[in-house]
Amino acid sequence: MKIGILVNEGPFNHQASDSAYQFTKAAIEKGHQVLRVFFYYDGVNNANKLAEPQSDDRNVSKRWTELAKQHRIDLVVCIAAALRRGIKEDILADGFRISGLGQLIEIGIAADRTVVFGD
Amino acid sequence: MEDEFQGTLETEGVRKNFMFLNRKAPYGSIYAQEIQEMVLISAAFEQNTAVVFMDDGVYQIKKGQDTSATGMKNFSPTYGIFQMEKEDAEEDEDVDVVWHIVVEKESMEARGLTPEDFVIDVEVMDAAELQKLMAEQDVILTG
Amino acid sequence: MLHTVNKSPFERTNLKSCLRLAGKGDAIMLIEDAVYAAVQGTAVADTMAGAKDDFQVYVMGPDLDARGISRDSVIDGINVVGYDGFVDLVVEHETSQAWL
Repeated sequence: MKIGILVNEGPFNHQASDSAYQFTKAAIEKGHQVLRVFFYYDGVNNANKLAEPQSDDRNVSKRWTELAKQHRIDLVVCIAAALRRGIKEDILADGFRISGLGQLIEIGIAADRTVVFGD
Repeated sequence: MEDEFQGTLETEGVRKNFMFLNRKAPYGSIYAQEIQEMVLISAAFEQNTAVVFMDDGVYQIKKGQDTSATGMKNFSPTYGIFQMEKEDAEEDEDVDVVWHIVVEKESMEARGLTPEDFVIDVEVMDAAELQKLMAEQDVILTG
Repeated sequence: MLHTVNKSPFERTNLKSCLRLAGKGDAIMLIEDAVYAAVQGTAVADTMAGAKDDFQVYVMGPDLDARGISRDSVIDGINVVGYDGFVDLVVEHETSQAWL
C-alpha cells in the first residue's frame, strides 16, 4: 500500500518526529511503499543538518537521512515554512529537499493513506 | 539521490475528499495561519474540500481581530478567500468540486459564539452531522 | 476510520473531542502522552471502559514502556500494539484522523 506521512513538529520539543520515524520504518518493514514524508510547520527543523544532539541521544535529522538513503524515501520540506524559520539549502541535511506545499496535497491525492504526526 | 525525486506524484484525474480540521486558536501558536496556506494551495488541485472549525479553532474566524499592538500578522481577512473558493465552486458549472466551510455547533455554543460572530458564512453542524461528514473523507489534514 | 490521539487527557481535550466525533466501531489509537488514558484507576478510566464498548481502542506499547507504565495496568479490552500494529491499523482503515 502507498502511504504518505506529514510531520508537523521539529525534533526533540515533541515526540511527533520520533513517532513518525518509527511508523515510517515499520511501514517499510511491512513491505509498504512510503511515497513521501512531508515536513510542515516546525517540522521543517527536522532537515537542519547543523543540529548536534549529545552523543548519548538520537540524532533526529541524521536518522531521517539514513532511512531515506536506505529505502529511497522522498523527504520534502515546505519552502514557505522553511524560509520562515531560516531552513535553507545550505543547511539542509542529505536526503531532504525543499519544495512547495503542493507536494503535500499530492501525497493526499496519490497515496492510499495519509498519516499525520504533530502536537 | 535528490535528483530522483524532482518529479511530482501522479494526481491527474483523481478527485478525493479533503478535510482541513482546525482545533486551535489563532496567534497563540502558528497552526491556524499555516493551515490556511495549506487550504489555499490545495484549492489549485480542485479536490472536494471541507474546512472545519471546532474546539478553539472556532476562534480563528471571529470578527474584529486587531493584531496591530501585538505586532503579529492579522490573517483573518484571508478566510474570505475560502468563501470565494466555495462560491466559485458552486457557480462554475464546469467544475463539480464541493466545498464545505463548517463550524461545529457544540464548540461554538460552548464559547458563547453565534454564526454572526464569524468573518465568513459557515454551515453549523452538530457533532453527529460532522461525524458523518468526517466519515466521508479520504484525507484529513490537521495542525 | 482510525483516530490517533497523542495528548494526555489530564492536560488537553483531544481525547474528549475524539470520543465526541468518532463513529461507532471506529478504531482509536492512543500514542505518546495519550497512553495515560489507557491506565486503570485514573479519573478517565470509567470513560475509557465505556469507550471500548463503542470503539476498538489500542495503545502504543513502546510509549507505555517509555513512561514506566506496566502493560498489566492497562484497562481490560484495550489492546496493546507496537508500531507494526499501528501500521496495520492504518492499512485496515481507509482514513486516519490525528486529533492534534
